[in-house]
Amino acid sequence: MEARGLVKRYGDREALRGVDLSAEAGELVAIIGPNGAGKTTLLSILAGIAKPDGGEVTVPRGEVGWVPQQAALYRRLTVEENLLLFARLEKQADPRRSTEEMLELTGLGERRGEIVARLSGGNQQRINIAIGLLARPSVLLLDEPSVGLDPRQRARLWEFVVALAAERGTTVVFSTHDIQEAERYGGRMLVLADGEALFDGAAGELRAAVRQEAPEAAEQDFETAFVAFLHHRGH
Amino acid sequence: MRWLLLKDLQVLRRSPLQAVLLVAYPILIAILVGFAISGSPDKPRVAFLNEVPADARVSVGEKELPKIGVGERICERVECVHVKDRAEAREEVSSGDVLAALILPADLVDRINSLSTPVPSTPEVEVIVNEEDPVKASLVNDRISSLLTQANLVIARRIAVEGGKFIGLVIDGGQFSVLGQAIRILGLGNTARILHAVRATMPPGPLRKSLDEVLRFTTLTRSNLGTAGTLLTRLSQPIVVDKEVVNGSSPPLETFAIAVAATFTLAFVTVLLVAGSLALEREENAFPRLTRGLVSRSALLTEKVLLGVGVGLVVTLLMLAGLTLFVPLHWDRFGLWLAAIVVGAAGLGAAGAALGAAARDGRAVSLLAFMVTLPVAFLSLIPAGTVGPALNGVIDVVTALFPFKPALQAMTAALDPGGPDLPTALLHLVALIAAYGLLARFALRRFSAV
Repeated sequence: MEARGLVKRYGDREALRGVDLSAEAGELVAIIGPNGAGKTTLLSILAGIAKPDGGEVTVPRGEVGWVPQQAALYRRLTVEENLLLFARLEKQADPRRSTEEMLELTGLGERRGEIVARLSGGNQQRINIAIGLLARPSVLLLDEPSVGLDPRQRARLWEFVVALAAERGTTVVFSTHDIQEAERYGGRMLVLADGEALFDGAAGELRAAVRQEAPEAAEQDFETAFVAFLHHRGH
Repeated sequence: MRWLLLKDLQVLRRSPLQAVLLVAYPILIAILVGFAISGSPDKPRVAFLNEVPADARVSVGEKELPKIGVGERICERVECVHVKDRAEAREEVSSGDVLAALILPADLVDRINSLSTPVPSTPEVEVIVNEEDPVKASLVNDRISSLLTQANLVIARRIAVEGGKFIGLVIDGGQFSVLGQAIRILGLGNTARILHAVRATMPPGPLRKSLDEVLRFTTLTRSNLGTAGTLLTRLSQPIVVDKEVVNGSSPPLETFAIAVAATFTLAFVTVLLVAGSLALEREENAFPRLTRGLVSRSALLTEKVLLGVGVGLVVTLLMLAGLTLFVPLHWDRFGLWLAAIVVGAAGLGAAGAALGAAARDGRAVSLLAFMVTLPVAFLSLIPAGTVGPALNGVIDVVTALFPFKPALQAMTAALDPGGPDLPTALLHLVALIAAYGLLARFALRRFSAV
């Protein structure tokens, strides 16, 4: 998947300013940055929901799975009905089997008959992710996927996502606020701030860049050092 | 599309209030309209107090006319609730049991009789109405005015007939009774015959010349009084109505009432359901996920309109089936009912889709749907010619732009052969389906904005 020179404007505000991003099959790319950096806008363009005002996107043949930040599901349907509906809409060969797989993944098999509105926000997010994974896409876009999940659910999610990338060669691009999570699971990190790409490289390279540009914070924890780095870059 | 339709039906089933309303609403409307149509009296209920003495008679000159029976005639036209005094009449009106009270005072006949005396007084009847409700007050005023006009007409006719008899007596002669004594009237005809006979025996001269003048006078008087007799009869109803229907025949009022109830039901169920269901896709954040390639926007709109058509059809048929308990319906026209309901629901559903796509938010959608549907529905019920030409033109344009009126026309046409032209109404609806479909499709571009 490749995106070159992406520009997106909302009125006078530039949400993205010539952002480039490429990801190979099986690669995990973390998009990090403060609120309003353009992470969701970038993922929306990659998902085909929003159109860029400039630049171009090339995605490989096959499905691009998209997991939005806010759960996109029907709260008056049961867990199983939601998964079955989207499996059918995705034209899965065996919708019931796909549904069972996702129930297994989310660990909600025992609560399959419950109305989604009665589930916690974390459990709703699990179903939201499961819907994005139903078609086993070749590119998976996750917008802050671990928000609202407890540590156990979070670990389970990343175990599955990492396995998807490693075993099936799925390209995974995810946004997160959590710098540790990005460092742990992102093979590469794209740092966005005010619609501008400040850094694109491996986690180790980002640490080196942070130490170099913000030496006064180099001895502190990585998150504090990262904030100092953004400050040095004028954000 | 079928899976989305199934999903929407599941969502509907899971919303108990919505589901209950969808079932209860048509049943309630059917019962209300059914009772209103079958239970409403053909004649308005009016409290009636007749204080006129039973032996009182209207008289012309010295002659009493036969009993006219104004009270009986009034009670043929309204459902009379006989009361014993004014207090009871007032109580009946205040409680709303009757539309009005009509009181014929004891001196009514005396006052009528005084009209032919040198000191006439105005005959009056008393009417008690409750004007809390201006619409009802206007209706009552119209009814009472109509009743009194009819009563006046009856009296005028009877006076004209009796007056005609007097004129006939003057012209042709005959017996006349005064204070119980029979008097023979010679009449102008007999007078002329006698005078002619006398003239034949008279020699020419001034006396014969004078007799000729008297003869001419009697001839002229006979002729003019003959005309006056006819004129007197015509005066009681100088203008008669010659009605020519130029634009179809109107269906019975009860059929129109059923069509209005059915179209109101169809409009609210369909517009609210389609608009709300579309807004729900956005509220659940599902719209972007669906339209990323799972379902096209046009297919999504079509699915919503089909949902509205399906539910609207069931609800309206339920209502009509309920109404058959009260009034007979033309079930042999069931195919036409289906056509009218399906195409009408599609038109209203397309309008609902446009509203839903424009408003986006669920609460705003409900408000917008009510704000648009209710006024347009009421405007559609204003009969042509009851407002000024300019306003009438505006109303025609506004109601033609929303599917309620053509849906009502289609429904009326389907329910009764005397209704408006069904194909024209259906074509109108098809044009609106296309127009609102395009509007909805256009509005969805903004709808999907992230």
